[in-house]
Amino acid sequence: MSEDLEFAFSLLLNGASIGLMYSLIALGFVLVYKATDAINFAQGEFVMLAGLIVAMLLSFVGMPLIVAVAVTLAVMVGFGFGLERVVLRPLLGRPVVAVIMATIGLAAILRGVGPVVFGSETRALSLPIGDDPIVIGPASLPPIQVVGAVVAIAFFLAFSWFFKKSRMGVAMRAVADNQQVAQAMGINVERYFALAWAMAGVVSALGGIVWGSMLGVDVHLALVGLKVFPVVILGGLDSIGGALVGGLIIGIVESLAAGYLDPYVGGGTKDFAPYVLMILVLMIRPYGIFGKRKIERV
Amino acid sequence: MGASAQRAVAREGDNQLVVKGVSKRFGGVTAVQDVSLEVPRGGIVSIIGPNGAGKTSLLNMISGFYKPDSGQVILEGQDITQKKPSDVAALGIARTFQNIALFSGLTVLDNLMLGRHVRMKAGVLSSVIYWGMAQKEDIAHREAVEEIIEFLKLQDLRKQQTSALAYGLRKRVELGRALASEPKVLLLDEPMGGMNQDEKEDMARYVLDVNQERGVTVVLIEHDMGVVMDISDKVVVLDRGRGIAVGTPDEVQRNPKVVEAYLGKSKGGGSA
Repeated sequence: MSEDLEFAFSLLLNGASIGLMYSLIALGFVLVYKATDAINFAQGEFVMLAGLIVAMLLSFVGMPLIVAVAVTLAVMVGFGFGLERVVLRPLLGRPVVAVIMATIGLAAILRGVGPVVFGSETRALSLPIGDDPIVIGPASLPPIQVVGAVVAIAFFLAFSWFFKKSRMGVAMRAVADNQQVAQAMGINVERYFALAWAMAGVVSALGGIVWGSMLGVDVHLALVGLKVFPVVILGGLDSIGGALVGGLIIGIVESLAAGYLDPYVGGGTKDFAPYVLMILVLMIRPYGIFGKRKIERV
Repeated sequence: MGASAQRAVAREGDNQLVVKGVSKRFGGVTAVQDVSLEVPRGGIVSIIGPNGAGKTSLLNMISGFYKPDSGQVILEGQDITQKKPSDVAALGIARTFQNIALFSGLTVLDNLMLGRHVRMKAGVLSSVIYWGMAQKEDIAHREAVEEIIEFLKLQDLRKQQTSALAYGLRKRVELGRALASEPKVLLLDEPMGGMNQDEKEDMARYVLDVNQERGVTVVLIEHDMGVVMDISDKVVVLDRGRGIAVGTPDEVQRNPKVVEAYLGKSKGGGSA
């Protein structure tokens, strides 16, 4: 393999693994949007919150990793359920913008309260996976990216099983498809809304652990949430598969921009390339690659 | 007061579903005004009337989608007026929708299984914990659905996405989904709307079978007068939100008010 090809392969592999980690976070957003039509602008803050919790449990409380992860999962599930109950349920039937504003407010609150409760210094969140890069062919990846990618793939498999095969998953798709008719089937729609938020909590907990481990845990961890938007616009707001593919594409685009464009312009293209792509997609295919094309009856 | 109310319920005798003077306004528009309806156990009651007469609004009040501004809906002596749609469904009232409302991304089988949702005892949490129990229950539900598939001759369509089905078949699947909940009362909103003559006859046959073989009480909204007059025990006529006539198909057809509502006042006649 020539050096150029090896470089390209390395960029692709890096981009793909980072992209899968974006997908994981985007999955939280998609689950909520699909089931409840709510646009969650606080997804990044969910991830931050989970990261803060797990970092604190590890460093202050000194819990073993497994226990800390389990507790964080439980807390985030509770957080999702509670949030739906306290903030979102009263907004049911209100205009979409009311829910958007509520989640923006929630994001600001979490960013403000997080450091107050957990302290503002950046904490390391070290997983017992070592620092030696894992070599794959001509490229190598930091172990955390491999772990992140594996966790993301495992979750996508689990969720695709859940939505295809499990009774709850099928009922949730019914709720997403038509809330009114789902109610006529005796489905308690609100319960499934709560479940969707709890699932977003689960995904955020894992996102917080892998991203926190990679970037360190502080308020800035919430910024990974911004990457959710190009991912879901690209993949389709309501498509789980779309979150996966969208994440991969955004991760790879970032990586290629960093590898091929940054050297010429002195850096920085990596940070906005995904958004250029997002705007292009909005112009050409506003419902994304896999999103449901909504047909409005007039 | 309580005791006399109870006696009133008892006097309703074998009326399984009773609607008492319900009204519904949307802003300044009165959709339904003081409409009553008595549905005898095991009967087929049809609601007819011109477009905009309030038929679907009435059905929506029975199934819990609209809360009446006044009046009551009583199922087997129990006041269900303020119940949520999902609770009404759980109490045994199933419905179909005027515009086919199948879950379009799901297969025929999934749609029918969702119809059994109200019969599924294992809840969200317990079905996670007692996995085995939920699995066992699933088999029983699957058998019940299989029986409906056979009844409605949907054998070849189990794994088809409903969006790929012909119109008449989708209507039939929707009927099946409503039946899957083993309802006491079935509300059908224009089950034959948009069908050709053959499809209509099939559907009418199924509705009769549902009623006679399965003993399900049927409330039917339908525009096809031939079908309505053929299969109904009782017909209720609405016009501009009010009930204008009730009786057997024969009685209703002879009622001058009904003729007027459908055809308008005859020009020369001046029947006031």
